[in-house]
Amino acid sequence: MNTSTLVLEKKRSKKTTRIKGSDAVLQCLIAEGVTTIFGYPGGAIMPIYDALYNYQDKLNHILTRHEQGAVHAAQGMARVTGKAGVCFATSGPGATNLITGIADAQIDSTPLVCITGQVPSHLLGTDAFQETDVMGISMPVTKWNYQVTRAEEIPYAIARAFYIANTGRPGPVLIDITKDAQFAEFDFTYDKCEKIRSYHPYPEALTSDLEAAANLINEAKKPYILVGQGVQLSGAENELIRFAEKTGIPMAATLMGLSGIPTSHPLYVGYLGMHGNYGPNIKTNECDVLIAIGMRFDDRVTGDLDRYAKQAKVIHIEIDPSEIDKNVKTTVAINSDAKQALLGLLPLVNVSTHKDWIDEFHQCDKIEFDKVIDAELHPDSGEIKMAEVINRISEITDGEAIVVTDVGQHQMVANRYYKFQKSLSCITSGGLGTMGFALPSAMGAKVGQPERTVIAVIGDGGFQMTIQELGTIRQSDLAVKILILNNNFLGMVRQWQQLFFEKRYSFTELDNPDFQMITKGYGIKAHKVEKREDLDQAIFDWLNCEGPALLEVVVEQEGNVFPMVPSGASVAEIRLD
Amino acid sequence: MSLKLKYPTSTPREFTLSVLTEDKSGLINQLTILFTKRKININSLNVSVTEVKGVSRFTIVIETSKDMIDNIVKQIRKLIDVLGAFVYEEDQIFYQEIALYKVPKYAIVDGKSIEDLVSKSGARILVIETDYMIIEKTGKAKETHDLYQKLEPFGLLEFIRSGRVAISKSTRKTEAYIKELEASNSNKLSIKDF
Repeated sequence: MNTSTLVLEKKRSKKTTRIKGSDAVLQCLIAEGVTTIFGYPGGAIMPIYDALYNYQDKLNHILTRHEQGAVHAAQGMARVTGKAGVCFATSGPGATNLITGIADAQIDSTPLVCITGQVPSHLLGTDAFQETDVMGISMPVTKWNYQVTRAEEIPYAIARAFYIANTGRPGPVLIDITKDAQFAEFDFTYDKCEKIRSYHPYPEALTSDLEAAANLINEAKKPYILVGQGVQLSGAENELIRFAEKTGIPMAATLMGLSGIPTSHPLYVGYLGMHGNYGPNIKTNECDVLIAIGMRFDDRVTGDLDRYAKQAKVIHIEIDPSEIDKNVKTTVAINSDAKQALLGLLPLVNVSTHKDWIDEFHQCDKIEFDKVIDAELHPDSGEIKMAEVINRISEITDGEAIVVTDVGQHQMVANRYYKFQKSLSCITSGGLGTMGFALPSAMGAKVGQPERTVIAVIGDGGFQMTIQELGTIRQSDLAVKILILNNNFLGMVRQWQQLFFEKRYSFTELDNPDFQMITKGYGIKAHKVEKREDLDQAIFDWLNCEGPALLEVVVEQEGNVFPMVPSGASVAEIRLD
Repeated sequence: MSLKLKYPTSTPREFTLSVLTEDKSGLINQLTILFTKRKININSLNVSVTEVKGVSRFTIVIETSKDMIDNIVKQIRKLIDVLGAFVYEEDQIFYQEIALYKVPKYAIVDGKSIEDLVSKSGARILVIETDYMIIEKTGKAKETHDLYQKLEPFGLLEFIRSGRVAISKSTRKTEAYIKELEASNSNKLSIKDF
């Protein structure tokens, strides 16, 4: 059947029903397969919330304690399901409170559909109560945004929103709907968006590029794969394993690429970047062919670009053409999603092994173990270290949990030492570095994957940025396991102050409240550990209890995360102490 | 390309961008954000409808490096409602600006009247009012500026100059480009030479 017949049939079978704009919003969401909305009501979105009252059997609305919580929860859900997360907020402050999460989703390629209420259309531009130019404010941080001022535009806007958010390089979309458009009645019908003439989300890899890349790979003596989030976003995990196993090429992951390959895979050599593993960083400057897959050469991965992989021929597999040649000049660029590129490359590459080259990584592992890891994981005495806590959790959960991290030292430690075995399990704020991300994101992750253990790893600083979401966790009974690694410092900033600012600890020490008392006040179980000998039992109890629970571990106050590529240094200058 | 040899890619020089978009509100913001976020000043900006219904064209002149403009153009193409974005250097386009000059009607300098000057400058008199007249000249910035300097001694009342409009040396039809784009399942980058 050709497409024109399809279109005709669709038109013939379409019936319209006369409904309000607010009902239309919810019916559109149901048609898009949405099951959960995170949100917070307010004046300009009240008609939609009123309609929601009748849809409680079809749409699960989770009331957060702040709009930032709603958007981060939607992000968490999107990251573990691969489908657009949805959040609601009212106009003005409701909408502006979403912005941090939207910016976070934009830089980390997370699909979101954010729906905001807006003042009635006749009041636009009058500085009405809770009026804010949400279109203008969100424009730089959304993949697309649209203001609806007539009910008739709702199906068009929402259909486009989901199509744009979910396809190509995913990203956040915002739809701003005036209150009068929510109230107005119109003849409703819904068609999913399948094509936009100015938007081509899936570029096809050119045969010539695939062949050129395959030739480089087949001739390489020291090839090296860098795995970005694009592998998980395109569902290319299996194709990547097949490609790596056929070619025998070692693979390292960026922060956003973590969990895309099981850490137990023999070709997996570790984690890249500022606090990544020793071998994966220094070998970047020794490989002869660098194969970057679905990653964007962030400065936290490359260090000084002028001294990054200059000896290597670079193959960049990337869906977004604007990322190609942006930071690192490519020898061959394959402009397509990771899965298509890998499927195209698989028949063209030769079976090979690179044992000596991989051994070089293992020699580096030994150096890193002796100089850093051993002391971090197996201290004889002294304060508890973050790494040993994460390591025990990793062992106890067999690396099978979803680990949602906040931002700072604990984030780097958790992602260094948790041995991820399953895809879509490392949920973190990578590009934006948003403190306060983990607690609400973990709620969304738990809703998206209710059968899996979801662990939020948070520092004492970040916890207090969205601590009120404990209320959401209680009210909606979300069985999130919260780990607070408490060093009474903004640890990462303090580490930089120690290393680069002559130990001038300017406003990084925190006089913290009693986290257990606060958590218990919200009706959530809480336990605090201060001694190493109590740690194991506490982790067991915390993970095995029913429902949400918080475990606070008091850790070394002035511990530092190593290895470290200092800002502006080359990856080859990675410091082990 | 010989131009690549003439200049290092990091040296700033002038580029003319031609951007075809859907005729939708907010696009001008989406485009200018990409310059402001890099602290790049726009030298000239012109927006107009095209011969294709529902399609607008932005002509933007900026001074920056080749590396930067390549990245900006790719990010412009990424905007959902952008149909195409093309970057040109001076030798790839024909371009003009329009300037209007308001001058007193009977002014004479060194025995010459304004009419003499106008006819020698390839300009024309657009309107004659009781006390003043409006002169119109199209040309490149230097040409309209030269006439400005010549008219100044006559007691020039007001001077205004438009942004640049540019047309490429390509023979592709705008409408054909849009049709090609609609039919394409691939990436709009494949059409580079418009």
